[in-house]
Amino acid sequence: MITLDRVTLRRGSFALREISLHVERGEYLFVLGPSGSGKTLLLETIAGIHPDAGGRVLVRDQDVTVIPPEGRRVALVYQDYALFPHLTVRENVAFGPRMRGADTGSAVDRLLDRFGLTPLADRYPDRLSGGERQRVALARALATEPDILLLDEPFSAVDPELRSRYLREMRDLQREQGLTVLQVSHSRDEAFTLASRVAVMDGGRILQTGTLEEVFRHPSSRDAARIAGIENLVEGMVIGTAGQVAEILLPGGSRVQARANVTATATVTVCIPAAEIRLVPGGACARDGATVIPGTITGLMAGEHTTLVELDCGFPLTARVPSADLPALSLAVGDPVSACIPAGAVHVIPKGDEG
Amino acid sequence: MRLPDRMTLAFTVAGAMLVAYTVAALLVIAIPELTSLSHLLSVAAEPDVISSILLTFAAGFVAVAILALLGTPLAYQLARTDFRGKALVESLIDIPLILPHTVAGLMVYLLFMARGPIGGLFAPAGIFFEEAFLGIVVAMVFVSTPYYVNTVREGFSRVPVQLEHVARTLGARRFRAFTAVTLPLSQGHLISGATMAWGRAVGEFAAVIMIAYFPMVVSTLIYQRFSTGGLAESRSVAFLMVIVAFLIFLLIRWAAGSRRRRDDHP
Repeated sequence: MITLDRVTLRRGSFALREISLHVERGEYLFVLGPSGSGKTLLLETIAGIHPDAGGRVLVRDQDVTVIPPEGRRVALVYQDYALFPHLTVRENVAFGPRMRGADTGSAVDRLLDRFGLTPLADRYPDRLSGGERQRVALARALATEPDILLLDEPFSAVDPELRSRYLREMRDLQREQGLTVLQVSHSRDEAFTLASRVAVMDGGRILQTGTLEEVFRHPSSRDAARIAGIENLVEGMVIGTAGQVAEILLPGGSRVQARANVTATATVTVCIPAAEIRLVPGGACARDGATVIPGTITGLMAGEHTTLVELDCGFPLTARVPSADLPALSLAVGDPVSACIPAGAVHVIPKGDEG
Repeated sequence: MRLPDRMTLAFTVAGAMLVAYTVAALLVIAIPELTSLSHLLSVAAEPDVISSILLTFAAGFVAVAILALLGTPLAYQLARTDFRGKALVESLIDIPLILPHTVAGLMVYLLFMARGPIGGLFAPAGIFFEEAFLGIVVAMVFVSTPYYVNTVREGFSRVPVQLEHVARTLGARRFRAFTAVTLPLSQGHLISGATMAWGRAVGEFAAVIMIAYFPMVVSTLIYQRFSTGGLAESRSVAFLMVIVAFLIFLLIRWAAGSRRRRDDHP
């Protein structure tokens, strides 16, 4: 549905570097990356805003590289929604049909109704909440009946208590209308709810593309692991291999076993998601095959649902413990503790694969 | 009630002096004119005076129309694109602001006189700028260009370019995105740029007389009366000009204000 073939774009000191990407019809592709990674430029390039971009852009199997935005039928929703401040909600939604010379009335009414905007139809954008603006922006984008929707951080200005509802509605909308969606975001939560596939982007490059499982459990490089949100990235050295399983020496003398296709003495990055680590005060791990790393608690950072526990294991290690489990564990700074890491939780990135 | 602090006091006094200067200047014309209304009315009824005021305002409107036609695209390009030599173009636009107006007048005259590079193109067709309405207009355009272009450019650059991008993804061609989104959102700056340019144009004297002493614009008429008829004669014309200009500014302010209230955006 959308294909980018070595797309490049230079803006001052920043550049999109040879981006190749493919999005299937009906797919919900997430582009995950920190701010400043070029996500917005990527969307604008697909929409045709930057005629000076190099490489090729294909939409619906047609080369649209030289087609201007008005000829691409690709809807774009910006992070701040870019509503037209001089037009009412209804006029905003009707803008696309009006520009295309279509009869606007009933279709616009249906969209206003679909997004619960009918009572707000005559308001100006400066009288709307963040969530309301987001719905106007979506309704306006859908009014031209596009089959491709590009979304730039569409939930960032939505109140947290509405966000999960909006996420669900977005997913339903995408399925219902068979939309092909490309959304850029730095939120992992949104990706888990919505994405059928994820691309990891940083510094104007796509680092990795894959399923949620691949991107979040098996990142291809240290940078991809960092962007995927894996808290513990530890340098280690392979000291032995047995079949597909490698034994890796971590700083401070601890050892961890993991499935990895590496050779002995290779330097590797060991990825350990904080939520996978179980803490046992001074005891052994119940599960077989788990790696036990002894350490000392250096810090506790309480959150609403989980608490981050910082450990010194000869290297810094962060564990994420459900806040409900805390009283039973009675953890305190300075306490010795064992970090139990299940065998399947560790992912190993060979050093040579670094981007 | 607490006394204001020293800085507020000092700044208020300094500011008040400047405002008082303008007020005094207005009063020194208004008081004698309003105390001899019959003379003022008789001057106001003079065909010379009426035709001069109409001529000045008409030439000012034509000058602003030309600026709107040529200056709006220029302002947009300056607001939206970066190109080599942009700083040079911007300085060129500002030149009329720093030139003595007699110098501006001389330049305009040299360009548009019948033997000049531009005037010479029109002369064979029987179109002349010297001592003519068109001469007044071209002088006015020259001196008021920076007021229009700079104000409108500022207005365009305040409209987020993303709005134009979205308009285009919704099916608007570039020019349509400009007219449907950027222009209405720059309305305030367009009106204020046009008003300032018009005010500058109708007040121009030095640049205008170099190419067209006749027909007399108001400034020329006031100067001519001052040097031949004396204070009282020129003061009446000047006061009429103050009143009419003031009324027109009020009208524009009112029109712009009511438009903005209807648009109702920050």
